[in-house]
Amino acid sequence: MNQDDLASIAAQTKQSDNRYDHVVKVCVAAGCLSANAEQVKTQLESEIKQRGLETCCKVKGVGCMGLCAAGPLVSADANEKMFQSVTPTDAAAIIDNVVDNKPAPANIVMDSKLDFFAGQKKIVLENSGEIDPERIEDYIASDGYEALFHVITKLKPLGVIEQITKSGLRGRGGAGFPTGLKWTTVYKAGGTRKFVICNADEGDPGAFMDRAVLESDPHRVLEGMAIAAYAVGASKGFIYCRAEYPLAVRRLRIAIRQAENNGLLGMNIGDTHFDFKIEVRLGAGAFVCGEETALIASIEGGRGTPRPRPPFPAQEGLWHSPTLINNVETFANIAPIIRRGGEWFSTIGTEKSKGTKVFALAGRVNNTGLIEVPMGMTLREIIFKLGGGIPEGRLFKAVQSGGPSGGCVPEQYLDIPVDYDSLAAVGSIMGSGGLIVMDDTSCMVDVARFFMDFCMSESCGKCVPCRVGTTQMHNILERITEGKAGAQDMELLQRLTGMVKATSLCGLGQTAPNPTLTTLRYFMDEYRAHIEEGRCPAGVCHPAKVEAEVSA
Amino acid sequence: MLPTPKTVSPPSDDKRWKIVDGMMRRHGHEPYALIEVLHTVQETFGFLTDDAMKYVATSLRVPFSKVYGVATFYHFFTMKPPGRHTCVICTGTACYIKGAPTLVNAVREEAGIKPGETTADGQLSLLTARCLGSCGLAPAVVFDGQVAGKINTESIKKRVRAHLESAPKPEAVEVHK
Repeated sequence: MNQDDLASIAAQTKQSDNRYDHVVKVCVAAGCLSANAEQVKTQLESEIKQRGLETCCKVKGVGCMGLCAAGPLVSADANEKMFQSVTPTDAAAIIDNVVDNKPAPANIVMDSKLDFFAGQKKIVLENSGEIDPERIEDYIASDGYEALFHVITKLKPLGVIEQITKSGLRGRGGAGFPTGLKWTTVYKAGGTRKFVICNADEGDPGAFMDRAVLESDPHRVLEGMAIAAYAVGASKGFIYCRAEYPLAVRRLRIAIRQAENNGLLGMNIGDTHFDFKIEVRLGAGAFVCGEETALIASIEGGRGTPRPRPPFPAQEGLWHSPTLINNVETFANIAPIIRRGGEWFSTIGTEKSKGTKVFALAGRVNNTGLIEVPMGMTLREIIFKLGGGIPEGRLFKAVQSGGPSGGCVPEQYLDIPVDYDSLAAVGSIMGSGGLIVMDDTSCMVDVARFFMDFCMSESCGKCVPCRVGTTQMHNILERITEGKAGAQDMELLQRLTGMVKATSLCGLGQTAPNPTLTTLRYFMDEYRAHIEEGRCPAGVCHPAKVEAEVSA
Repeated sequence: MLPTPKTVSPPSDDKRWKIVDGMMRRHGHEPYALIEVLHTVQETFGFLTDDAMKYVATSLRVPFSKVYGVATFYHFFTMKPPGRHTCVICTGTACYIKGAPTLVNAVREEAGIKPGETTADGQLSLLTARCLGSCGLAPAVVFDGQVAGKINTESIKKRVRAHLESAPKPEAVEVHK
């Protein structure tokens, strides 16, 4: 395939789509699928067939539209009309509305001008909810693989890296390492064999951004990886994806096969000398495998335990070869940056955090779902404007970012801009993008215990501070929730948090104390109430009753 | 350059071993394919047996201790046969905030099993998951591979009761994906 073929596929697809007066899009990402979206789609199709409207009306399965809580979602006429909580029996009413403009039942009509949609800026998710994730032609018609062709025919590897560096893109996996710098290191590393790995082991509980990207627009990730491979000089790539995401794995495999069949992956891509192959590797439910050296150990077929760095994977990674590891969302940003230039990207966001960030908004908030906003938006805007506030008129208490490695941000910091540095300043981290909203029904001590329980059972056991420290901290937190702790326990807890943070081998242990530290910092009164007064202000902990076991 | 894989025969004449053999062949019987192959075994047979792990160890020329180490390290692998029905409660953060612990208690009250256990008659297994990524539907529960969202104690008890009372199916082991 060459650039002309690409253009002709794009033109053909656009032309065949333009034949229809109405395109009805049904979300077929995992959230809506589990709410019966497949039957809704079938019913809409048969409704159109019954009325003989096949020539002017088309039903299309698309990726995530974002507002998962209101699924299944259906949209029509370039998202002018949107429908929520659709059941198969609503199909007739939807077609009536779309084709004949008859009013649809109020309970399924959704305002397409909601702040939830209007407040977003989409780069990573620009195709999500628009294209059919299982058709490469749809992706190509949305300028897909254009950036890859541009890169391999017109740019030198250093030219690509220059654009990425100029964009100011930082790693979206959580730590925020400058992507351009990472690419440069791998580019400069010696050796003839290099690898590109996409970290799709989205282990943070409460985070589903990468899943949505993989399920809604898998080709975007493949294109980003191919561009990266060209830039650093790799010819083989792996996508390490959670086995808990069967739909994402399936769509990735379909996408890889389609790209190979079209000569966009494999040997001599675009009739050049550039070869790049991608394989999917399944994780097996170990949170620590999100850490890059543990992930490498897992791809090599062993237990996923981390090793000390340096050497960094960029110098010595998979099978001792220089390896570039980036997160799904990072790769998803690459093609747009190449298409529109690094400078364009650097105009979005804040001074040190460029571009947009996808967040998974969940917990006690009205609009749970997926949003993409420019860096620097405040937490208040995200939760109360886009998220629609707290349900049942309850009081906001805290928002947890960064999963088990992050912290709980209290109300007084709701007006900080969301970027890497501001979140770090209040003791939390950007993390991969999970935002869990908590109201006054959540006990912050129990929340700290919940995350410590997670870290305790996910600790790989290789280094002592993490293996023993998380267990000890968990035991103390549990004693506090049971009303059995004293003042000396608090002192010990404080000491342990500092020690585990400073001495653990990898990120898991180093960040495991964060939820505890931030709750100690901002919600000390709740700890005191448990210890000194033997009561739980939120009414979650029952000192007399034994807690349910939720660990696997 | 690659040494030829030893010709070892599967633990039984079960035809499903062909699927496992195919996966090992696709990876050229390379040791690094271990996790991929264990996935295939579990997908095919429902769980990992000692015999299966020994077979994989010999075929991939990996010490049995390593196979056992890997199989026990990752939560996804199980060495216990699953019940005829499975109920996986998501205990991710969003589901936790929205009441997943009460769902675990509800199943315990109804079926008398804790996470990781199967009822004595083999009808139902209760498991927990770290996060299904279906946080928009929290609390989420997977009944026999189908994700169901916004579950409460009443609805989970109803499903569990239905599973417990349903007539046993003839197959001894079902394949769960």
